Amino acid sequence: MVRLFYAGWLFHLKNLSNSLFFVLISVLQPVIFASIAFFMYESGRRPGTLLYVALGAGLMGIWSSTLFGSGGAIQWQRWQGTLEIVVAAPAPFLLVLVPLTLATATIGLYSIVGTLFWGRLFFGVPLDFVHPFQLAVALPATVISLGLMGLLLASTFVLYRQASAFSNLLEYPVWLVTGLLVPLSLLPGWVEWISWGLAPTWGIKAIRAAALGGGDAWSAIGLCVLLGAVYLVLGAVFMKNFERLARQRATLSLT
Amino acid sequence: MNSTRVFFIGGLASYRALFGWLSPWVFIPSLLVAPIFQILLFVYIGRSAGLASDEFYVIGNAVQYAAIPCLFAMTQTIAGERYQQTLGYILITPARRLPLFLGRALPVVANGFLVSAFALVVGGAIVGIDVPASAYAPIALVTAVSAFSCTGLGLVNAAVGFIVRDHSVLSNIIFGLLLVFSGANVPLADLPGWMRAISDGIPFTHGIEAARRLADGQTLVDVGGLVAAEALIGVVYGAAGYGLVRLMEVLGRRHATLERA
Repeated sequence: MVRLFYAGWLFHLKNLSNSLFFVLISVLQPVIFASIAFFMYESGRRPGTLLYVALGAGLMGIWSSTLFGSGGAIQWQRWQGTLEIVVAAPAPFLLVLVPLTLATATIGLYSIVGTLFWGRLFFGVPLDFVHPFQLAVALPATVISLGLMGLLLASTFVLYRQASAFSNLLEYPVWLVTGLLVPLSLLPGWVEWISWGLAPTWGIKAIRAAALGGGDAWSAIGLCVLLGAVYLVLGAVFMKNFERLARQRATLSLT
Repeated sequence: MNSTRVFFIGGLASYRALFGWLSPWVFIPSLLVAPIFQILLFVYIGRSAGLASDEFYVIGNAVQYAAIPCLFAMTQTIAGERYQQTLGYILITPARRLPLFLGRALPVVANGFLVSAFALVVGGAIVGIDVPASAYAPIALVTAVSAFSCTGLGLVNAAVGFIVRDHSVLSNIIFGLLLVFSGANVPLADLPGWMRAISDGIPFTHGIEAARRLADGQTLVDVGGLVAAEALIGVVYGAAGYGLVRLMEVLGRRHATLERA
């Protein structure tokens, strides 16, 4: 099981790294948004911490790659003609899909590295992390949690033929309501309730608390992992249902 | 007469084909809802940074979002035909190329204008900006000119689509660069000199500035220079794009590469 998981994750990581589209949304897009935010905060009357912005923009990239990668995961398997093969394989379908959704989140780590490097080089962002060990735990915890959120996306988006359009719809709202670039205190109060159910909210809290100090990184990491477990359970239930219905109706290869 | 038919009938067929692909399930989330959230994101970043008024971001992002339909739809005129294996049939017809391609650009301009106008009206209403009623028509004109200007750039992008396989990636990159350089979110005065120099030569920069001034009470006569500059940029990019499309067509025939990138 571990071998299957590791081999699947590594394969999809390499596969996604070869895609210009994923490299773009993982590196270039966060760098563009980070640059705009750097300029805005530098020119504004209330300049924020540039490291705060760089980390937020980096996580934007992780969300985008998870959203587009996981949201269309099953559809892609269909187009490539591999869906029937992986469903028919003796290994549980869930164990084949989770490494893929985790790989889509992992590829987003490029965006953290990219925005920090870009910020350091062109905007002089100080890379002084207050709690490096906490950061070393917070980053993988966030990636895993988002990857499992990707599983939930994959299992629900499969019902929607235009999954890519739905992904377009969800990209900006999640950037906004999870406080990646804007403090949640500036948004209407009800937004905070929504943000609690989204892994990026706790991921960015953990990463910022570890990198900038002044917060409880461990609690945020714990909530991130807990949410990941909830996504896994929900994703497994939905995926099981999808597989059962597709087999019953013989619609596995149909869009 | 034949060229007029190619321009209008061909353009209309292209428009209908585009919307055959661009169903409401794609159009509404991608072109009507997404720009509203782009506006909200930058409005809130702007409030957090204390840089400019909400109106600044609503106008900047609404006008700039026309780039999505203008860039992607124009690229589809080449890449989409190739994908459906109809590019060769189109390019062996005796139809004159100018009405053929410009006819396809016209619905794209109209679509870009509608997307921008919708984002401006709905985004403005949600955020609560105050634009004088006398400015509505001039801002609509500026928005249309900006959509035209970006469609010119879209034609250049379409020509590149002859030789680049990942044309959607290229369109995304151009969209991002327009977001940074056009002054949609950062006042041009706050950008480094070399970036300002680039800003002067790209679509949207002058259109966004004109729309902001109109919203602040200036008249169309006051911003006439900016509108003319935006239109001129569109003409230059359109001419360059048309020239490139013809060049790529010739090269594609010579090397037998029309059907592949």
